[in-house]
Parts: sequence; structure tokens; C-alpha cells
Amino acid sequence: MKNRWRILENKIFVRWLSMVTLVTMVLLIIFFITLLISSWPAIKANGFGFLWGKTWDPVSNHFGMLPFLIGTLITSFLALIISAPFSVAAALFLGEYYPKGVIPNIFRNVIDLLAAIPSVVYGFWGLYTLAPLISKLEIKLHLPAPGVGIFTASIVLSIMLIPYSVSLIRQVISMTPVSLKEAAYALGSTRAEVITKVIIPSNISGISAGFLLSLGRALGETMAVTILIGNSPEIPHNIFSPSYTMASVIANEFTEAVSDIYLSTLIEVGLLLFIVTTIINLIGRLIIKRVSI
Amino acid sequence: MALIDTKGLRGRRIKDRIFSSFVWILTFSCLAVVFIILFYLFKMGIGSLNWALFTQGPKPVGESGGGILNAIVGSLIVVVLGAIIAIPLGVSVGLYQADHRGRRISDWVSVAVDVLNGIPSIVIGIVIYVWIVKPTGKFSAYSGSIALAIMMLPPIIKNTEETLVLIPTTLKEASLALGASYYRTTMKILLPTGIGGIFSGCIIGIARIAGEVAPLLFTAFGNPGLTFNILKPVDTIPKVIFTYASSPYDDWHRIAWGGSLILVTFIIVLNAIIKIFESKWKVQF
Amino acid sequence: MEGTILRTENLRISFGDNLVVKGINMEIAEKQVTAFMGPSGCGKTTILRSINRLHDLTPEAKVEGKIFLHSEEVNGMEAMTLRRRVGMVFQRPNPFPTMSIFENVISGFTLNGIKINKQEKNEIVEDALKKVALWDEVKDNLNKKSTALSGGQQQRLCVARAVAMKPEVILLDEPTSALDPLSTAKIEDLLYELKSNYTLIIVTHNMQQAARISDRTAFFYLGDLLEYDDTKKVFTNPKNEKTQNYITGRFG
Repeated sequence: MKNRWRILENKIFVRWLSMVTLVTMVLLIIFFITLLISSWPAIKANGFGFLWGKTWDPVSNHFGMLPFLIGTLITSFLALIISAPFSVAAALFLGEYYPKGVIPNIFRNVIDLLAAIPSVVYGFWGLYTLAPLISKLEIKLHLPAPGVGIFTASIVLSIMLIPYSVSLIRQVISMTPVSLKEAAYALGSTRAEVITKVIIPSNISGISAGFLLSLGRALGETMAVTILIGNSPEIPHNIFSPSYTMASVIANEFTEAVSDIYLSTLIEVGLLLFIVTTIINLIGRLIIKRVSI
Repeated sequence: MALIDTKGLRGRRIKDRIFSSFVWILTFSCLAVVFIILFYLFKMGIGSLNWALFTQGPKPVGESGGGILNAIVGSLIVVVLGAIIAIPLGVSVGLYQADHRGRRISDWVSVAVDVLNGIPSIVIGIVIYVWIVKPTGKFSAYSGSIALAIMMLPPIIKNTEETLVLIPTTLKEASLALGASYYRTTMKILLPTGIGGIFSGCIIGIARIAGEVAPLLFTAFGNPGLTFNILKPVDTIPKVIFTYASSPYDDWHRIAWGGSLILVTFIIVLNAIIKIFESKWKVQF
Repeated sequence: MEGTILRTENLRISFGDNLVVKGINMEIAEKQVTAFMGPSGCGKTTILRSINRLHDLTPEAKVEGKIFLHSEEVNGMEAMTLRRRVGMVFQRPNPFPTMSIFENVISGFTLNGIKINKQEKNEIVEDALKKVALWDEVKDNLNKKSTALSGGQQQRLCVARAVAMKPEVILLDEPTSALDPLSTAKIEDLLYELKSNYTLIIVTHNMQQAARISDRTAFFYLGDLLEYDDTKKVFTNPKNEKTQNYITGRFG
């Protein structure tokens, strides 16, 4: 009767909730397995040497990932280093110097606007404005001057990281106990001293976690980097060289992959990207959890 | 007399000034960059905003003019379908999480959702390719939507969970005390009461995927023609920006700037809606 | 006892390792007001909430023993059906914020999916609001959000919401502790009126309230039922020393 239907619909609903949640949780594992299975032919064919192989030759099916590994690591770390002072400064500005008020609120919203611009638009902008400038710089330095390369990509990537790291670092810094700060001020410290000697040291793990998570973000960035990196599968000579990142090679060559082993190799690159970003995220998250308690 | 090191004090004060100047300069540089980029975007894009941009498809190489109607429609299809898939699923998980807060299972789910959030979008594209595109042999809008839906899940789940947790238990108890089932209590009381925060989460999700290209590169792929068929490949606004930006043709670049302006404006408007929502729409308990 | 509507048999309730209610045997009389009294932590609210099985929501709660509504065992019944026969009013007024006054009163029906036509709805709402003496105050504003009412009005709305379902028993968990004295007085008058049609069980910290409106009073202490008799007798001539101490304010 009606009562029975109500009980049934309730049961179905509760089942549905737990099922969907279970699937979501397991989704990651399914991702991993999918990537593993699809890249297995490549893993077998390329072997361990894949990781430090210097040549990427789809024609003869000889694949080595070292150029992409180097390109990815240099671009991401460089972007992190470039953005770090800006992010920390903005986080301090909004967290310590002007935590309240209308103007800082506006500043915060303006910085958040950086997050509203999609990756591809950043790449396009960088191509039009930054690349010519870098090209001029390269000419001055007597280097080949394509304009695109690691340096250009890193600069744009660093801009993209700013809203993300600012909010993370602000969160971390806001957890400094007020009593700690007050004690330092009461001893006659200047603001700079309180920041450099108390706030930053006591939050160093949280801030590091913030940087770690930003690094994870940088590693996975695809579109802007693809447009600005120069797409050269050679090992870069210097930071102005065109290069290639793991995400970019997938983006550019996936749909052009003519052989199964080629595609499988690209998926293997994706698998590595997946593993690295997941590990970084887990560690970063763990650290932030520890600091939040 | 108190220990005062007057000579050292001056030095420390100077250091303090230098430090805060640095903080100011660096912060203002960030703001300046925002304005530089947005202004440039506006300058380059405003000239391309014409009727043709919105109503025509792309013209062949060599012919000037044309628009991105196919991409606008494609974006709408892929985003709306993605939302239709993601919202019921995300809200359901959010509900589960809110109910089981503090328990082990909910902690594990939280970890999984956070990690899901951090997966590079191109990797998600690869997985959907393997699951759907390869077996069916075709690129399609719906496969792109599925990839985008996966990306939308974390913000929807988080916001739903956080909103529902704030609803006082006594409201739930009042409904149950009247004899309502858990299902009815959820649908008629809890979700309507929390609709503001849940809606916020959905908008955040949409804002996140509106500009995505990587997961669509080998799922929705691209299509110069206009289509409403979700089984066919489609172009999206950010995808055509990518295609045109990577091309050598000035005409295409012009269109890409117009598309960029539209896209960024859309996302900024969404972000503004989110911010207004978070301050205004709070149902009084 | 004649006219018993509720009976407990060795009711024991524990939360995890904590035994909160230690084997209660009592009978509640029909169409009377029974007050549950006692210091914080004595178990009175826990017992109240076991009558409409709200503890089903808490996995750590373990309810042993039996509760009988008329002659049916409460734990054997379907929970949703039970709760339509036993209504509840909570400590803080909790009208549904997304619903209007009208919709709140009728919410018991809508939430249970019971179909009633518009005329019946109007009748039920008017009847319930009149019973709680709220009709005159809100009859022109039935479509306003329930949150627009004052605290005292909201609580009366919650009573109306419970009453609209025509329950056999109404459970009230400190219904006036969050209200001002004027609203409290109004609610007490209303409860006094209601008892001719409903059985009321009210948990209260306010001794004067128990003395004013209840017919029988039960005094609980650390999970035991120490004294249970006609209210007049409990207050003027308590048999148990602890009851005496509580009433005279030696502890609270």
C-alpha cells in the first residue's frame, strides 16, 4: 500500500547515496587501473630506460621521456620560484597588514580574478605580449630568439599559480595563534620581525605544503604551457630554450599517434603524471591537516 | 632603566620599512598584472565583437569574417550536459558526507575527493578516451561532458556537504518527528533549506569547466560545423581559442580574441554571482 | 491504572558505554499532562525521545526494554507510522524556514505524502491555528514565511504543526525554555487547553511550570525514577528525600 511504497522509496534512496559515494571513492582506483592497463604495452616495450631515455622518436618507436621530465620539472619549479615572493607578499598583505577593510577586500577579489582566466587564454595572451618581449631579450643576450620556451612558459605559469598559493598561504598564516604574535609585539618587535621570526617559522610546514600543492597544480597545467613552451622534444640547453612538458606532449600528439605503442606510450606519460600529482596532493594535504589541528 | 639599543633600533626600523615596502610593491605588482591582462584582453577582443561572431560558424581559410557559433553551441551543450550529470551525483555524495561526518568512511571519501580535484584535467581526458571514445570509435560531446562532470564533482560535493552540515539537526528531527521518511525529509526540507550553498557549489563547478580544453582534446575533439547532436564531436569556445591561437592566420587570431573576451567575461560574471550568493542567500534557521 | 496510554517496561538506554536510563517502569495516563522533572543528565529527555524513537537516528544509542502505546509495542511498529501518532515539540522553535505559515502547519501531511484537497487543507490549518490561539494573529498572513514570526509565535506554530496531525500523544521537550515569560504563559495556557483532547508529556526544568500545568509529575535522578505521583502530592509532600532537595533548590 502507500506505506510500503514510502518505505521502499526510502530504502532505494539510502542505497543510492551509499552507492554513489562508494563509486566516487573508488573512481581514483579505477583511474589508476585504466591508465596502468592501457600503458602496459608501452611499459613492457620501453622498459625502465624510458624514464631517462633522451630521444623521443615516434617513427622508429623509440621513446625516452627525459626531455619532458626535465621540461616539466624546470618549468614548474621555475614558476613556483617566480611566484613565491609575490604570493607570500600578497598573503601577508591580506593576512597581516590589512586583514580587514573595504580596500583589502577589493584587492582580494582582484587577485581572485586571476583564477577566472582560463589556461588557454593565458597562453594566448603570453604568446602575443610576453613572447615578443622575451624574443627581444634573447636577441640582446645573443641567443636564438623564438620567444617561446621554458622561461616564457614559466612566467605565465607563475601568474596562474598566484591566486591559488595566495589563498593557501593566507589560510595557513591565519592559523597562527594570536597570543604568539602579541607576545612578540609586546617584546618590542617590529612587524617585519614578527613576520620573519615568528609567523613564518611557526607556519613553515603549512607554507611548504602550500608550495607543494601549487607545484602539483603547475605540473598538471596543460594549455598555457603547450602554447608557450615551444614544443621541442630535445633536452633544453638553458632556460630560454624551447622545450616540452609531459602534459604538452600528450596534448599535442595524442590524436596524431599513428601506432598503438605510440598511444600507449603517451598514456604511460599520463600515468606518471597521475602518480606524481596524486602523491604530491596526498602529502600536501596530510601536512595541512596536521597543521590545522 | 630598560635595555634600549638605540643604534640597533634605527636599523631594525629601517629593515621594517624596507620589508613592508617590498610587501606593498609585490602585492601591487600582482594587482597590476591583473589589470594589464584584462585590459589587453578587452582591447584585443572588443574589436571582434560583432554580430557575425555570435551567429556564424567559421569560414574557410582565406575568407575573412566568420564566427564561433558552432563553439558557443558546443560549449553550452557540453557544459549543460556535464552539469546534468554531475549535480545529482555530487549532491548525493555531499548528502552522504554530511550524514556521516566524523566517521572513518567519510574521511576516506574526503581524501578521495581532494585527490580527484588535483588530477590534471588532461589525465581525465585520457581515461574517458579509453573508456568511451576508443570502444565506440567516435569522438562525441557526451564523452566530453562526462570528463567535465568528473571535474565538477569536487566543488559540488564540498559545498553541498558544508551547507548541509550547517543546518541545525533540530530541523531534521522536527521533520522525522512528524513521521516523514529520511527521503522526504531530505528532498522537502534539507535540500530546499540548503539550496543556496548547493547552488553556489554548482556555479563554482561550471566556472571551473567553462574554460577547460585539455579534457576535451580527445573526447569532444572538435567540429567546425554546427551540431546539436550529443553523439557527435563538438567544438567549444576555449578549444577554438586554442586552435586559432596556434594558427598563423591573423583573421583567426582576431576571432580568438573575441572568443577570449566572451569566455573570460562569462567566467567573471559567474564568480561575481558566487560571491554575491555567499553573502546574501543564507536562509535564516 | 485505568486510562493508560503509554507504558514502559524495564526501559534501559545507553550511549556507548554510558548507561543513561536504568530500567524505568511507568505508566502514563491518557488525556492528562505528565511532567518529567529532574536535574540535567537525569535521563528525562532521553526517555521522552525514546517514545517516538528518535534514538533510531543515533547509532551509538542502545534502547532495551519495551514501550507500549496502548497495547502495541513501539519498537515493533513502523517508525514513520508511530511518529504520526506521537507528535513532538522541541526546545527551540523550529518551523521549516523555506515554508510559509500555512505550509508549516500542514507540513505533516505534505511530508508524509498524504493527499488532501484544498478545502480540507484550509480547514485543518484553521482548526490547528485556532487550537493554539494563533489564528487571529496570522490569519491574514498565512503565506508569509514562518521565520517572520516572533519566538513565542513560532513555538505555537510548532505546536499547531504537531496538533494538525491529530496525534494521540504530544511530547514536549522544554518547550518554553527559549521563550520570554509572556510567550511562556501563553504556551502554558494552550497546553492546559490541549489536554482535554491530547495526552501531553512535558520535560521541564521549570518547577513552577510543572506545578502549574501538570496532573502528574515524575522525578528522575541519574537514570532512575525516584518519585511519580499526582503533582500536588509530589510538590507538597514528596516521599523521596532527593525530590524534596530538588524542589527546595538544594541542587538543580
